[in-house]
Amino acid sequence: MIEVRDLSKRFGTTLAVNNVSFDIKGGEILGFLGPNGAGKTTTMRIITCFLQPTSGRVEIDGKDVQTHSLEVRRQIGYLPESAPTYNDMNVVDYLMFVAEMRRVPSAERKRKVRRAIDVCSLGDVLQKNVGQLSSGYRQRTGLAQAILHDPQILVLDEPTRGLDPNQIVEIRSLIRELGREKTVVFSTHILSEVEAMCDRVVIISSGQKVFDGSKQDLQYGLSGKDRVQVELRATSDPVAALRAIPGVESVQVVTKNEAVFKLSIEAPRGKDVREQIFAAAVQNHWVLLEMRRESVSFEDVFRELTTSAA
Amino acid sequence: MTFSNVLPIYKKELRGYFTSPVAYIVLTVFLLICGWFFSARLFVEGEASLRSVFPTVLFLLTLFVPAITMGLLSEERKSGTFELLATMPIEDIEIVLGKYLAALTLLVTAFFFTLTYAITVKSLGDADVGVMFAGYVGLVLLGAGQVAIGVLASSLTENQVVAFIVSFLMLFILSFVDVVLPHVPAAFASVFEYLSATYHFTNISRGVLDTRDLVYYASIVVLSLYLAARALQRRI
Repeated sequence: MIEVRDLSKRFGTTLAVNNVSFDIKGGEILGFLGPNGAGKTTTMRIITCFLQPTSGRVEIDGKDVQTHSLEVRRQIGYLPESAPTYNDMNVVDYLMFVAEMRRVPSAERKRKVRRAIDVCSLGDVLQKNVGQLSSGYRQRTGLAQAILHDPQILVLDEPTRGLDPNQIVEIRSLIRELGREKTVVFSTHILSEVEAMCDRVVIISSGQKVFDGSKQDLQYGLSGKDRVQVELRATSDPVAALRAIPGVESVQVVTKNEAVFKLSIEAPRGKDVREQIFAAAVQNHWVLLEMRRESVSFEDVFRELTTSAA
Repeated sequence: MTFSNVLPIYKKELRGYFTSPVAYIVLTVFLLICGWFFSARLFVEGEASLRSVFPTVLFLLTLFVPAITMGLLSEERKSGTFELLATMPIEDIEIVLGKYLAALTLLVTAFFFTLTYAITVKSLGDADVGVMFAGYVGLVLLGAGQVAIGVLASSLTENQVVAFIVSFLMLFILSFVDVVLPHVPAAFASVFEYLSATYHFTNISRGVLDTRDLVYYASIVVLSLYLAARALQRRI
C-alpha cells in the first residue's frame, strides 16, 4: 500500500532522513517510533506530499507522491503534528470547510461531517470556536478532519500529544477502531502506545531506520532469544541436566550461594522451556525457588536501538 | 486548476473577513477618510467633484491593501494550517487565487460604498457619468494589481507585520515612482512612467481604455500571483 524506498531529506546541512526504506501493507497499523527530532515528522510530511524528498521515493498504491501528488493526497487523511486548525472558525464550519476542500459531494457533506463528529465525540463543542477548545478536543477535531472524506490511509503525527490519560485511552481505541478498515501510520515517542495500538513498528533514530518488525520482534529484537531466570536449591550442579533439555541453548550460572543456584537459561525465540525445567527439577529433586520468563521491556530495547545508532 | 477548488478557499476567507472586525474596520475607516476629503471639497470650496478624491484614494490604498492582505498567507504559515491546506488535493496556485479574490472582493465592496459620493456629485451638478465610470474602472484595475502585490508579500513571510511593511513599500514605490520623472534622463523617463501605477490609473480615468494600461495591470496580477504560488513551494 505504502512503499518508502531509500528516502532521504536534507535541510541545508542536516540530513533529517537518511536512506530510509519500509513498506506498509493495506489494513495495517504501523507505529512510527523514534526520539524527538529523529525524522518522524519529516518522513510523514513526505508521505503526505507536504515536503519533497531530496532523494528516494514514496509510492502509495503504486502512485509516486511527487508525480501523482494530487491523486495521492485524495487518498490520505492527515493529522499534522500539534493539530493545527483555524482558530476563528467553529467546529462545524471548520469541518464543512474541510469537506468542501476534500471534494466531498455537497449532498453527502452534512452526513459525512455528522459521522466524523460522532466518531470523534465532538457533539458537545460543535458551536465553539476551535481556538477555545481544550487540547483534547482540538486533537479530536484534527482527527475528525482527517477521517472526514473516508480516506484509505490515515497518517497521524503524534495523535495523543497533549492529552490526559483518559483522553489517550479514548484516542487509542478510536485509532484501533479506524485501523480495522484503514491503513494507519502514526508516530509517537511513547512506547506504551505501540504496545496498545499497532501491529508493526518502525523505529528511526537520527534519520536512520534502526528497527522494522512486529511488536514481538521488538521485544526479542536485541538478543533474539527467550530467556528464563531460575533460582533453585540443588545438592549437585544442575547445569548439565538443564543443558540436556531439548531447546535449551545455554545455561549460565549467575550466582551460586552454597546450594542455591541462580541461573539464566536461553532458548530460541518463542520457545517456552519452563515446563521442561520444572520437570527436570522434579526428577532431580531440586527445590525450585523462583522461575520467570524474562521479557525485555520496550524501553530497554528502544534505548538500546536509538542510542547505539547515534 | 479548477474553479471548484478555488471556491471553498474564497468563501472561507471572505467569511473570515466579515466574521471578524477586519472588514468592518477597513470599510468604516476607508469610507470615513474618503468622505472627509470629499465633503471638505464640497462644503469648503463648494466643488462637488470626485477628481479631488481620487489622489487621496490612491494614497489610502497603499495602506489599506497591505492591511487586508497581510495575514492571508503569512498567518497560514504561522499557525501551521498551511500544512493542512498543502496536503489537501488542491494546487498552490488555487490557494493563492482563492485568497486573492477574497481580498479583492473586500476592496471592491469598499469602492462600492463610495458610490454614495458619486451619486451626491451627480445630484448636485452635471457631472460626467462617463468620466466617473472610467474612474471606477481605473480604481478596480489598480486595486486588482495592488491586492496581488499584497498577496505576494504575504506569501514571503510568516510575520504579518513584515508582510504589511513589504507590501506597503512595494505599493508606495509603484504608485509614486513617477515623482522622480523630472529628475531622470529622458531616455529612462518613459520606463519610469510605464512602471507607475498612478500614470496608468490617470490614463484609464480619463476615459481611455488603452491595451497598454490593461497589459500593465494584468502583468502585475499574473506575475505577483505566480511568484506567490512559487513562494509557497518553500514549505517550512
